[in-house]
Amino acid sequence: MDNRVPAVSMRGITKTFGPVVANHDVSIDIQRGEILSLLGENGSGKTTLMNMLSGIYFPDSGQIMVDGNEVSIRSPKDALDLGIGMIHQHFKLVDVMTATENIVLGLKEDKYDLKAASKRVKEICDRYGFDMNPDQKIYDMTVSQKQTVEIVKVLYRKADILILDEPTAVLTPQETEKLFDVLRNMRKDNKAVVIITHKLNEVLEISDRVDILRAGEFIGSLKTSETGVQEMTDMMVGHAVELNIDRPEPKNVEPRLEISGLTVRSEEGILKLDNVSFTANSGEILGIAGISNSGQKELLEAIAGLQPVESGDIFYLSEDGQKTSLIGKDPLDIQRLGVSLSFVPEDRLGMGLVGNMDLTDNMMLRSFRKGRGLFVDRGKPKGVATDVVNKLEVVTPNLATPVRRLSGGNVQKVLVGREIALAPSVLLTAYAVRGLDINSSYAIYDLMNQQKEKGVAVIYVGEDLDVLLELADRILILCGGKVSGIVDGRKTDKYEVGLMMTSLGGGEAR
Amino acid sequence: MNEKKRGPLAHIVKRPVISKQQAYAVRALSIVLAIIVCAIVTFLLTGDDPISVFKTIWEGSFGSERRFWVLMQNISILLIISLAMGPAFRMRFWNIGGEGQVMIGVLATASCMIMLGDKLPAPILIIVEIGAAIVAGAIWAAIPAFFKSNWNTNETLFTLMMNYVATQLVAYFIIIWESPRGSGKIGIINQKTMAGWLPQIGQYKYLLTVIVAIVLTVVLYIYMNYSKHGYELAVVGESERTARYIGIKVGRVFIRTMLLSGAICGLAGALMVAGTDHTMTTTLAGGRGFTAVMVAWMAQFNPVGMIFTSFLLAFLQKGAGEVATQFGLNQSFSDILSSIIIFFLIGCEFFIQYRIVFRKEAK
Amino acid sequence: MFDIVSFIPRAVAQATPLLLGSTGETLTEKSGNLNLGIPGIMYVGAISGVIGAFFYEQKVGSVENANAFLAIGIPLICCLIGSALMGLLYCFLTVTLRANQNVTGLAMTTFGVGFGNFFGGSLIKLTGSDVPSIALSITHKFYAAKLPFAKSMGVFGKLILNYGFLVYVAIIIALAASYFLNRTRQGLQLRAVGENPATADAAGINVGRYKYWATIIGSMIAGLGGLYYVMDYASGVWSNDAFGDRGWLAIALVIFTIWRPNVSILASLLFGGLYILYLYIPTGTNMAIKEIYKMAPFVVTIIVLIIISMRKKRENQPPAHLGLPYFREER
Repeated sequence: MDNRVPAVSMRGITKTFGPVVANHDVSIDIQRGEILSLLGENGSGKTTLMNMLSGIYFPDSGQIMVDGNEVSIRSPKDALDLGIGMIHQHFKLVDVMTATENIVLGLKEDKYDLKAASKRVKEICDRYGFDMNPDQKIYDMTVSQKQTVEIVKVLYRKADILILDEPTAVLTPQETEKLFDVLRNMRKDNKAVVIITHKLNEVLEISDRVDILRAGEFIGSLKTSETGVQEMTDMMVGHAVELNIDRPEPKNVEPRLEISGLTVRSEEGILKLDNVSFTANSGEILGIAGISNSGQKELLEAIAGLQPVESGDIFYLSEDGQKTSLIGKDPLDIQRLGVSLSFVPEDRLGMGLVGNMDLTDNMMLRSFRKGRGLFVDRGKPKGVATDVVNKLEVVTPNLATPVRRLSGGNVQKVLVGREIALAPSVLLTAYAVRGLDINSSYAIYDLMNQQKEKGVAVIYVGEDLDVLLELADRILILCGGKVSGIVDGRKTDKYEVGLMMTSLGGGEAR
Repeated sequence: MNEKKRGPLAHIVKRPVISKQQAYAVRALSIVLAIIVCAIVTFLLTGDDPISVFKTIWEGSFGSERRFWVLMQNISILLIISLAMGPAFRMRFWNIGGEGQVMIGVLATASCMIMLGDKLPAPILIIVEIGAAIVAGAIWAAIPAFFKSNWNTNETLFTLMMNYVATQLVAYFIIIWESPRGSGKIGIINQKTMAGWLPQIGQYKYLLTVIVAIVLTVVLYIYMNYSKHGYELAVVGESERTARYIGIKVGRVFIRTMLLSGAICGLAGALMVAGTDHTMTTTLAGGRGFTAVMVAWMAQFNPVGMIFTSFLLAFLQKGAGEVATQFGLNQSFSDILSSIIIFFLIGCEFFIQYRIVFRKEAK
Repeated sequence: MFDIVSFIPRAVAQATPLLLGSTGETLTEKSGNLNLGIPGIMYVGAISGVIGAFFYEQKVGSVENANAFLAIGIPLICCLIGSALMGLLYCFLTVTLRANQNVTGLAMTTFGVGFGNFFGGSLIKLTGSDVPSIALSITHKFYAAKLPFAKSMGVFGKLILNYGFLVYVAIIIALAASYFLNRTRQGLQLRAVGENPATADAAGINVGRYKYWATIIGSMIAGLGGLYYVMDYASGVWSNDAFGDRGWLAIALVIFTIWRPNVSILASLLFGGLYILYLYIPTGTNMAIKEIYKMAPFVVTIIVLIIISMRKKRENQPPAHLGLPYFREER
């Protein structure tokens, strides 16, 4: 270790949310004139740790020192007063206002002079090489420009310790390059920069040092010049954990979904899926791995008919060999085509279920149109609800309870139970066990396997590599909207998949 | 480093669970409080003891058979318009254009009665005028919905403006059709021939409206709770994302539901013109399009609940009107009392949804 | 011939309550509060002023005893207090108790109109007059006082200088509100609150406080519109329901001007002019046409509303969070 006084030292930081330990006894140092990467998988506690520096959370225990003096940071304002500014993943900007107006929002300077402020903004931009027009409206800006506004906002408040939470997640490679140039300029200016990331190549490209977290614990600190992809991956993913999830051999495997050249852009015009091709087979679980925001959501929503597709094809192959295109169809059209496609979305209460409705009414969300006549038939859904409650052991006072009152695991059982009750031939699931306890998670794995044995083509988007490696027959790895590989779940290992997840463009880090 | 972050003295959290009984208890309590406040206000203004004032209110509403029937008529019309508001509000479509939708129904009915009064046989004329009112109201209401579903035009402001367009249209035609000339009034339409007048059931002038209101309450209750449409609009109201996920075309549901709302409002207009008033004035709706918004809201869009809330408001209106007459006050007294009750009822929803948590003492 | 010299002053008289109402409502809406109680608030503003004026007149008895400062000041203060209390009530219900803004606003209008007519009616009773109105001739003189030389200055004097002071106050307030919204820090923060309260909150702006102040001050400005109507336009004569639908017209004006108080100065003249246009255009026996003129402001407002939603120009949209409650979720 060097003997400089660190800009920030965090010592023995612990933070818990209810029963969940987000950070346990973490100690890190942030130096001026240095770019530090904070590396870790999703849920490893990187963002929580930095939120404690920026005043969003307050640690349960531990100390924070700024320039050697112990401080207490209770609000974002406290943090800014200490020169700490954080750029979050979700921008907080007012669309109809200009960059400058957004930057001065909430400030209490003596005089309100937008022209002078605009000039100062321009100075900051010139100094670090930002490409931004201070008088441009936010709604006219690209995501990267909006991010620039957020960074300038922090600099304008004279922060010299900058924390960026996954800044490249929303950027194109070219924009990422630009951002890195700016960060290097800041380093030259003797600022302390922290970037939270899980992309190894970025760590190597930009940072001087990398601190690695895993499951809320500090694993180690490395000089990037002295390390490589292998060492970092090992530290980040840790050793494989034995979970003992069943994986029956696939039977009657035949193509069910054929996806070729699928390309999707978000409303803002960002490429979310780039020429994705694969086949999902019946009687098989296809796992989809990838760091968050690699296009998983868009992929499933495109198949389910919820996401406009720019180009490419999605074909459904029925058991009798008929080939139907699902492009341009909405969920109702797909249902009417006789394609039994179930989808367990990531946002359970915001999309998959209606929180204020009871179990019965939620059961009929997908099927209420069945039958002639003007009226809904609650008899059958009630039967389904009873079945789901009994078979999946849903804990609920009764069927008339609004689902938002159930616990997370039970909500998910209701949702999965309903989708399975549709007797699907394709089952799409997104983060099906997120936030669930161990027992509920295993119940969900069992359900996936049951469906697989029934001959359903299951697509399982997951974030826990250990689970994917034991559950999925094949694993498709997405990276930046591209398929970086499809591997056999029985033959691969955590290291291989981890590497494919973090490589830009796929394959190159092999 | 041991000092904890001190929160504010009290903060507000969403209640996770509240039973229906508790919710009703809160509402009942707020009505009681509102009545106490009303009693104080009344006492201050009249100087008489509250009990005799409430007696007067009772008298004003139920004092005679005529008064009873007038009250029933008022409740029924208010209830019908409130029922019309329910479905759109259930899907969070803020239609505050009930007034205009009623007025356009009024206009359609009156124009049929005036223009076709001597051309069509009575039963056909009645069918035509009611049909015209329903169609006019439906179209009037669907216009804002059309723009909302295609361009996301703000429906609150749009429907609000449509009210005055409708009222002014009525004003225009009143002058066109005024009788006698120069009076600025239409007078009783078809007074001699009674063409287009809805039949009176027995000796009860207002019974027909009451029956229509009851039937509509049942129909709307079934529609909202048991029909596929009702289910769809509940899903749309709860979450547009869920609606899309299950393939509901949200824009189409907006238009369809507003067609229904407008049709019922139009029917209310027809009932007033052809059923009871047999004339057309710009104040025929009398703000009931707006009152209905409050009635529907207070009943949480439940058609059966609306029976109670529309009764509450119509009863107060009549009763307080009687108090005003008796004590030499003015008729607007009832508006003050009913708005006090409304303020309490809309304020109390907060205590049903949220809970105030006071800071616990630091350990 | 179209008599512009007599038309303009009458249009201005019609326009002033609308201008004040729309300025107040614009300020309120910029904070994200869609206050549909404005018509009621204008009634309350008017009757509060009338009550103040009434008791002042009772006390002084005649014009000779009246003090200009008090004759203007007492009704003015009463009006401001009355309307501010209405704004406070609206905020308490919608901001603190998070009640639905539409329902609260409509209830406020019922209440305000009822309140106005009730106390108006009571005062009429108190005076025991035969006509259903109260005439406040003394205070009216002060409110309607004009520059003594205005009439002698030809057309310019008649068109520009010959109004009671509240007309100029209305214009100044509208300009000030425009300046406030576009050129001051508080204006910027207020707009941020109405557009995106979560962002404003994150920037350290007290969202609730801005909503309260904007709504209360907005209500006071709108209340002045009611005061002008009775004390100046109606020659100090209060009669029930005379104010009519002007409050809704003021709300229409907010949309018509696309939330710009300075534009409202001219737009209110247009709306006011349409109200009385029928008096100036020979329509023969067709009196009905005046109702069409009265409809016109609402129709053009709807057209404006449709156009801005179709063109999707971001600056011209209603404040993004208009009508919605803001509740910062507990972390």
